Amino acid sequence: MSALNTAANISVPDEFYQALIEAHRGLSDEQSELLNARLILLFANHIGDMDVLREALAAAREGAANP
Amino acid sequence: MHSTPIGHRRPPEPASEQRCPVIVVGAGPVGLCAALDLAQQGVRTLLLDEDAKLSEGSRAICFAKRTLEILDRLGVGQRCVDKGVVWNRGKVFLHDRLLYQFDLLPESGHKRPAFINLQQYYLEQFLIDRLLDADEVEARWNHKVVAVAQQADQVLVTVETPDGRYQVEGSYLLACDGSRSPIRTMLGLEARGQVFRDRFLIADVKMEAEFPTERWFWFDPPFHPGQSVLLHRQADNVWRIDFQLGWDADPEAEKQPERVIARIQAMLGADRPFSLEWVSVYTFRCQRMDRFRHARVFFVGDSAHQVSPFGARGANSGIQDADNLVWKLALVLRGEAPDVLLDSYEAERMPAADENILNSTRSTDFITPKSRVSRVFRDAALQLAERYPFARGIVNSGRLSLPHTYADTTLNTPDRDGFAARLMPGSPALDAPLQGAGGAVWLVDQLGGRFCAAYFAGGVPADDSLAARLLGLGRLPVPVHALVICAAGRAAPWRAAGLAAFDDTHGLFAQRYDATPGTLYLLRPDQHVAARWRHFEVRAVREALARVTGTTIEATPA
Repeated sequence: MSALNTAANISVPDEFYQALIEAHRGLSDEQSELLNARLILLFANHIGDMDVLREALAAAREGAANP
Repeated sequence: MHSTPIGHRRPPEPASEQRCPVIVVGAGPVGLCAALDLAQQGVRTLLLDEDAKLSEGSRAICFAKRTLEILDRLGVGQRCVDKGVVWNRGKVFLHDRLLYQFDLLPESGHKRPAFINLQQYYLEQFLIDRLLDADEVEARWNHKVVAVAQQADQVLVTVETPDGRYQVEGSYLLACDGSRSPIRTMLGLEARGQVFRDRFLIADVKMEAEFPTERWFWFDPPFHPGQSVLLHRQADNVWRIDFQLGWDADPEAEKQPERVIARIQAMLGADRPFSLEWVSVYTFRCQRMDRFRHARVFFVGDSAHQVSPFGARGANSGIQDADNLVWKLALVLRGEAPDVLLDSYEAERMPAADENILNSTRSTDFITPKSRVSRVFRDAALQLAERYPFARGIVNSGRLSLPHTYADTTLNTPDRDGFAARLMPGSPALDAPLQGAGGAVWLVDQLGGRFCAAYFAGGVPADDSLAARLLGLGRLPVPVHALVICAAGRAAPWRAAGLAAFDDTHGLFAQRYDATPGTLYLLRPDQHVAARWRHFEVRAVREALARVTGTTIEATPA
């Protein structure tokens, strides 16, 4: 059974997406890159479970390496 | 500069016997520990070194608790601790500000601290002083090994000296000759691994400074932008400073005193007086050999495996290699164990090397990011660490060396009974304060380099038949020294029965070993747990002893 929840889980997806883009507003590419890295580390710590994190890393890499 | 010549006994007579059970090549910390340990096991040993001086500069400086316990067994632990600097606190800086500090938080009830800092040349001097009293070992300085030939039942070593060449035969050879191991090359072997594209300047600086005895690590400080710096105190007001330089730095130019002095002044301020004791520029690699045993030749320490310096895993793991190998050699040479026992050296120490390489590679990847994205995550983790404690666990300026647990070795007897303790078969023994006949003692000091059975009697009164069975362990073909550990105030009657008995006054033995009355731990001569039971049966101890000495034994009827 998958540890990573890939079913829809955010009740207000539009709101989240808007907030994500908004968070980057006015930042240089370098600053955005840093923001994303900070965000990933914050999320990862919140998740905590290494099995979930591994699955998320694999799922993210699959699409990035073979778009 | 420390290139102290070594005071030593006369060189060997030309006619002196040119055969020795064990030849140790290389008188650095690892070779010296191996030779001294062999001598203590009663094994005649020849120690050869190509020069006659102590290490130049501080080199290995950080000696971990487990290594200090081994050094205690070799008789130099106290000198090291007395001379060295005990430290427990680390601080991590980013730019010009403190991000956070951490304490190694050593729990109380251990003889030795988590770490001491001590220049390598002091450790070498203390070991050599001790060696001079060991009749079983002969040290020959300025004796360079130039050829090694493996023969069916011995190793033939050709030695070059200022007075000419000679050959010497040994049953076994320990190559403790460092990361560039000439013996490895002579045998056509190699160590493989990863070279890190970075350079570091290390300087020993002598100064009167009010800095506390802490490990300070800077990422990207204003005085050395874009790189990392480590400051660590050693004995004699000598401070070790490591400057990351980057791969493009010119090692020769960076070693020039005026350049080094300028860097140090930028760090400490121009008005602080100091003198430069030693400077070196180094690169490093993480590598290991595919096998640590090649017939009668054993590779020990840096010759077998090399790690980056972050995390104090070089000298510590090398000394732990020697600790693992020597008792096995002694048993085999005495005919008390088969040669196959010696195979367990690499079976146990290769995973230890891999663990060290993994940890030091992770540290290096954090300190020297290999890619743009790696650098971004590194900087993000550092930024977050200032405000959020979780990110401090991600920041990696070196994970400090802990001894390896031989979890998968065939020498272990798997647990049959349940134990909740953090120990398991293969773990190094945990220390505990005890009360002996003559006062307070430490458990690790009672173990020594022999097999021990630590029996926990709790409050159960001494019993003649049980005492006789415990004493009988000392008469097994491979003797096992029994220790009886009792609840507070209960040891005296066991002592009267002839046993080495101790009061667990603080209850820490019971706690750390999850011991209940009747619990018995069988410990190897290197003080790792071989087996443990909730109830003492001589037969089970004999079987575990056979297993841990590599002896196959027939199942005995109950």
